[in-house]
Amino acid sequence: MELTRRDAVAALAAVGATGGVAVGVRRARDRADGAGSAAGDASAGGSSDHDGDDGTVRATMAAVAEVVYPEEVDGIDGFVDRFLDGRLDGSAHESGLREAVDELADASRAWYDAPVEGLSPDDRERLLREVGADTAEEDPDGTTAERVRYYVVNDLLLALYASPTGGELVGIENPQGHPGGAESYTRGPP
Amino acid sequence: MSGAESAGTGDDDVDRTPVPNADVCVVGAGPAGALVADRLAVDREVVVLDAGPRFDPADRLARQERAIRPAYDRPDVWDVGGERDAHANSGERFYPLNHARVKGIGGSTLHWQGMVMRLHEDDFNSGTARGVGPDWPIDYDDLRPYYAEAERELGVAGASDNPYAPPREEPHPMPAFEPSYSDSLFAEACEELGIDMHSVPNARNSEPYDDRSPCVGYGTCQPVCPSGAKYDATVHIGRAESAGATVIDRAPVQSLEHDADRVTAAVYATPDGTERRQEADAFVLACGGVETPRLLLLSDSEAYPNGLANTSGHVGEFFMDHLFAGAGGTLDEPTRQNHVGFYTSGCDGFYDDADEGQAPFKLEFFNYAGPSPVEMALSGDDWGDDLLERLRAGYGNHVAMGALVEQLPRADSYVTLDPERTDDHGNPVPEIHWSVGDRALDTIARANEVQVAVLEELGAEVEWVAGPDATGPAYHHMGTTRMSDDPAGGVVDPNCRTHDLDNCWIASSSVFPTGGAMNPTLTIAALALRVGDDVTAWL
Repeated sequence: MELTRRDAVAALAAVGATGGVAVGVRRARDRADGAGSAAGDASAGGSSDHDGDDGTVRATMAAVAEVVYPEEVDGIDGFVDRFLDGRLDGSAHESGLREAVDELADASRAWYDAPVEGLSPDDRERLLREVGADTAEEDPDGTTAERVRYYVVNDLLLALYASPTGGELVGIENPQGHPGGAESYTRGPP
Repeated sequence: MSGAESAGTGDDDVDRTPVPNADVCVVGAGPAGALVADRLAVDREVVVLDAGPRFDPADRLARQERAIRPAYDRPDVWDVGGERDAHANSGERFYPLNHARVKGIGGSTLHWQGMVMRLHEDDFNSGTARGVGPDWPIDYDDLRPYYAEAERELGVAGASDNPYAPPREEPHPMPAFEPSYSDSLFAEACEELGIDMHSVPNARNSEPYDDRSPCVGYGTCQPVCPSGAKYDATVHIGRAESAGATVIDRAPVQSLEHDADRVTAAVYATPDGTERRQEADAFVLACGGVETPRLLLLSDSEAYPNGLANTSGHVGEFFMDHLFAGAGGTLDEPTRQNHVGFYTSGCDGFYDDADEGQAPFKLEFFNYAGPSPVEMALSGDDWGDDLLERLRAGYGNHVAMGALVEQLPRADSYVTLDPERTDDHGNPVPEIHWSVGDRALDTIARANEVQVAVLEELGAEVEWVAGPDATGPAYHHMGTTRMSDDPAGGVVDPNCRTHDLDNCWIASSSVFPTGGAMNPTLTIAALALRVGDDVTAWL
């Protein structure tokens, strides 16, 4: 099942992010700075120099999504990229997300001598479990495991399962968080 | 800004100085206070004080994310909790007060379900008609025009297909929401059992109304509607401010200064640590069934040693809520749940069977039975294909019914002050002593019998029953400043003005002598509009 631009827009709507002009400005600046350069200046959302740059964040999140999303989902890279267009919006959430990604990337380099996106899918999953993100309960202020669960794993799962395509995987085309109208509840199963 | 952590707590750069020459001071910016303020603001100088913040409408989606994510408890969605909202429990049953309220502009309508039924005629005459509890000093006919007006003010989607509803004079302002797919499944079972199903009135737009969106199906009605389709009291606060009212947030009233027969000023705290006094000719207390009696008890004096307006001794007594009864299970077919967060069909057919031994109760047919897939996805130690398999196994074929049951006013169910614990301003916190009698518990069991019969007729495997031992409150605080003709029998008179004080009204479900089994907000709204008229006449 293909994740579409509509799914990404829906996922962003569910969490109050829109992407749009600010994202365009950010991407233009990133291009001017060179791909993968640090985007951690204050105007980009209050992130510290230590936090992950846009390239690392996007590559890491897409790599994790390939592990935590079911196999029958296609179009993951574009979906995650568009979702992050809105999520990296200068909010407190962006700062926490960058920090969590950075810690996960640090662990990957320390334990596997490679960035997250450079690992095989099996090693990526192993890394997530070794960090503790599988058994941790999400907590934006918690341990590394709890924050990776909150900002990385669950952000991605929230994006997927609050989108129409993610909902349809489970049998609900208007999942909670998605403003899919007030008609679908009246309809019987397809 | 996105992210559940991004929701703010309001702007500190606000003028919170008292308003000179105020005609009316309203304490509490929930639905009752908002409606009173809106009604009076055109012709009068009105000030509204609220203990909580003015929430940024732009944060609604961030609060929705809090509602979905497991990191946040229900009180976190609207920033309830901490020392400001500390409370104590001493009754036989724990009362989760901070799950049951929101402090701030809009009050608890920010997180309410939005169901707006009128009380039945016999609810106003429980003692006479059912042989238990007091009669109200007013009748259904006294409130009937105010009910109609309240339905227009809140914006109610409903239909006239309920044969058990009290008489009404005009259609609802909006058409009812269509029945759900699962309603159609229930309908077949109910028809076999001779149980009537009918639509239910929602304070939620089924079409554009009052410059607000129709429902767009976010599915998180309780505790937050991001679209604004569900009514909340920010609507009338906005109108009141447009008409000239001053609304001061983060201004918890500490006490009411008074002489023998009048309130003279509301003393309120502000975030900068100062205390201020708001004088007014008239005062309307609209802070709900817990904080209203608490404020009166905190305002004791030589003239009122047991609490302000408490010559009767009834301030804080007779704390009531509605009791939940429910049952649910699974079918061997899809039931299409959790597309929306409200229900569309009910049954009031058992309501007026009430007597001394059986309380009134109403049945609800849920559209949100079982787990929401997105919430399920965020918990557990699986992901990928394993998670999807779990979601598919866990979602799709649940059904459930709920019920609300009346509890009678009891001497051993009350709100008082806890002398051992203080809030962030050094005031004793409210102590909830909640007790439920046998009539309510027996009626919960009766409601369960009906629910299980319907579910079994439907072919469901019944997997849970919330009966007398597992019941909980519906978060409707009632009874703690009851209405009575006799000054010795209650705190307020039939016009909701305190017996003791000439210039002090109470607009709240705290004035209900009995609670019926209908969600109380429409009655709160109708009484608030009536209070507005009485204050106008008095001024």
